[in-house]
Amino acid sequence: MSGAGADGGQVGPTPRRRRGRWAAGLAVAAPLVLGGCSFYPTYGASRGATKQGQDTFKLYSGMMTTGIIVGGAVFLLILWTVLRYRRRSDEMPKQFHENVPIEVIYTVVPIVIVAVLFLFTVLTENNVDATVSPGARFTTTGAPVVQVRVTAFQWGWRFDYPGLNVGVAGETTNGPNNHGPQMVVPVGQTVQITLVSDDVIHGFYLRDFNFSRYALPGVTNFFDFNVLHAGTYNGQCTQICGLYHSEMLFSVRAVSPVAFHLWAGAEVRAGHTLQRGGSSASNNPPPDTTLYPSDALPSPSSAKGSA
Amino acid sequence: MTTTIEPPELVSPEPGGPDGPTPGARPDHAHDHHEGPTGLLKWLTSTDHKVIGKSYMITSLVLFFIAGIMALVIRTQLADPTSSLVSFQTYNELFTMHGSLMLYLFAGPFAFGGLANYIVPLQVGAPDMAFPRLNALSYWLYLGGSVVMMSGFLVAGGAASYGWVAYAPLSNAINSPGAGADLWLMALALTGFSAIFTGVNLAATVFYLRAPGMTMFRVPIFSWNMLVTGILILIAFPVLFGAVVMLFCDRHFGTHIFTVDGGGVPVLWQHLFWFFGHPEVYILALPYFGMVTDIFPVFSRKPLFGYKGMVFATMSIAALSTGVWAHHMFTTGVVLLPFFSLLSYLIAVPTGIKFFNWIGTMWGGQLSFQTPMLFSIGFLFAFLMGGVTGVLLASPPVDFMTHDTYFVVAHFHQVLIGTTVFAGFAGFYFWYPKMFGRMLDERLGKLHFWLLFVGFWVAFMPQYLVGLYGMPRRVADYLPTNGWTTLNVISTVGAFVIGASFLFFLANLWTSWRHPVPAGDNPWDGGALEWFTSSPPPHHNYTHLPPIRSERPTWDYNHPEHRVIHKPPKDRPPAPVGEGETVGASS
Repeated sequence: MSGAGADGGQVGPTPRRRRGRWAAGLAVAAPLVLGGCSFYPTYGASRGATKQGQDTFKLYSGMMTTGIIVGGAVFLLILWTVLRYRRRSDEMPKQFHENVPIEVIYTVVPIVIVAVLFLFTVLTENNVDATVSPGARFTTTGAPVVQVRVTAFQWGWRFDYPGLNVGVAGETTNGPNNHGPQMVVPVGQTVQITLVSDDVIHGFYLRDFNFSRYALPGVTNFFDFNVLHAGTYNGQCTQICGLYHSEMLFSVRAVSPVAFHLWAGAEVRAGHTLQRGGSSASNNPPPDTTLYPSDALPSPSSAKGSA
Repeated sequence: MTTTIEPPELVSPEPGGPDGPTPGARPDHAHDHHEGPTGLLKWLTSTDHKVIGKSYMITSLVLFFIAGIMALVIRTQLADPTSSLVSFQTYNELFTMHGSLMLYLFAGPFAFGGLANYIVPLQVGAPDMAFPRLNALSYWLYLGGSVVMMSGFLVAGGAASYGWVAYAPLSNAINSPGAGADLWLMALALTGFSAIFTGVNLAATVFYLRAPGMTMFRVPIFSWNMLVTGILILIAFPVLFGAVVMLFCDRHFGTHIFTVDGGGVPVLWQHLFWFFGHPEVYILALPYFGMVTDIFPVFSRKPLFGYKGMVFATMSIAALSTGVWAHHMFTTGVVLLPFFSLLSYLIAVPTGIKFFNWIGTMWGGQLSFQTPMLFSIGFLFAFLMGGVTGVLLASPPVDFMTHDTYFVVAHFHQVLIGTTVFAGFAGFYFWYPKMFGRMLDERLGKLHFWLLFVGFWVAFMPQYLVGLYGMPRRVADYLPTNGWTTLNVISTVGAFVIGASFLFFLANLWTSWRHPVPAGDNPWDGGALEWFTSSPPPHHNYTHLPPIRSERPTWDYNHPEHRVIHKPPKDRPPAPVGEGETVGASS
């Protein structure tokens, strides 16, 4: 199920569960699975490289289990009905048309199911959406917070570290660096992202973080994450943003806090510093708002060929 | 116009007796041949709901095939990660127009302009739609709008390329210059008004043109759903029109409604669009729910299970659908998540009721699997899968992880193909004999179904997985190292199987056209009123009507010993069937 390794999806050391437990999980009632059990089938998703991503993954896995149980039951019911009552004779079937107790049951039971799902949704949502106050340098417990200002533009990303005087930018369509710019963050520390857009709406999405958020012009979005395992995680713009939407890649590299500060120092020495003059500042200025002439850019195949 | 319509003549025959009149063999149909012009002039000038309905169906099916071919190009492009079959710009135009054609020009118009236009007046016993000329205007606006939208491919800069949702500010004059985007907006305005007029017509027809005896709770569910759809259209489409006008002003008249620079709010477009867009999803679903709801009883030889539950489920879905728009905007960070999440979850409840009512209808029946029934059962499986994944997406955290990935693409394709294609073609195969007086071939129909059914799962199940592996929607290419290639190839194979299935559909139409097999009035032993009249029906639909004592008057007439007469109100004795009816006595 975790065949996305090539996608940069190596999500740390969580061992893959054995098939027997997988099957046993289906037999357990959904609330139990959602609530206390220690195992969660992946159903194709990432287990989450961040604390928030793991919460989301557990909710997803529990809901998927519920969905498979409920959907599977309805599936079997339909299949059984269709096979059992296929026409065997010309005899006229009994002309019944209602059964109020049964109708009440199949109204109330779904209400209970969605109420339980909603409860777990709200609990998870509150965890995933929780942020330290915008711009904070420290959490309430005194742990450091790394601030990263992410600016999305057509077609690339800029990562500014206001506390460290570091700025990294990359356009993903004009250069040979087809994997886009990289955001470096420390493992284990809270990272607060301030997400803005220079032009149109973009989608900041990291598969292994189980998370996406729009970069909306005119809106400043905040969210936090705590990366749990060192590694490189691939991200991509998910919201159609014009001609080179599919090339708008980036990545996040999580390293130890010490390595992070060494990296920041090296970036400053290399001149990748914060640009003054507002959010639109960028090593590569945002491209012209009109479309590029197509011959000035690599064709889709050559762009990928260089990857 | 309605004032000139004479009330239909009522009959009080011996129900089902050997001497009863044989529907379809009535000599009084002879006057049909003197109604209005024929040939091309008939198609151009007619206000007959049956002619307009057929025009709608033909036009929407042509657009469906065009959009389907676009889908095959898109799938071919994605089968190879580095494919350069089409340029980025062309790719963006293709998925924009594929979505726009399918959603604005096929799924809705095929249901409410095509099948409903034809069937609803028949089902409620009306001689025509309430406003026949408005109905004609509606069709010509729709055809005009469709041509305008398609003409985007002919102008410099190409067709609209910002996705079918046209999010601002990508859709403004700076980011989407060129006439293609303007034509797209104009097309939405034109077809939007077409939909509004049809909505008015449907609601008025079901409310005011029901035959004597056809009380609201005897109206077949398809017509009930079309009534509710009509009302939803009146809620949703004016908002779309308003948004389109605002965007047009932004593009051309210097307003800044959706641009930050002038103090505008880009996300307002999403609110307006989805306030239209989510009811629109149910405008595209309810008619199709109605079709299968009419089909299951016929091929089960039973009445519908839980008729009133169906009606209230439809109304609940419609009501809830106006309060869930922001579940498309969970990742914007600017909406109240729990509210829209809860309402979205709740829609699963009435939808579940419908599922169990469909199963209850088949339960204990004598099921036969002619093509319409096969398509309806295919709809159940397809919509079940799309519905379950839809419940997942009602959860904001799960939406965060899957938003704008192929998981969502797979979800809404399963929902929309489940409804518009499986249920839609179930309805088409079901009512085709009524509309054209000839049968479609069962063998070709079943081939169509099975290829479509297999192709459907092969095409869309891999998309869930590739979405969970991180593939965003609307990308023209991806890295070979992403590990998405195999799943995309499988999906593309499935898409071509779906495409191939429609060759059998076209062959079926051709066979029926060249070698007609007469259908008779009631080939499926249907129960609703439309099966009482001839196939195709005469000019004003009915020369006489059976007594209407349930939602299955034709069944009651043909199978008097198997009638289900619903319990009358306590203070009123049951009206005897078949005895001296008078107009209005039972309404």
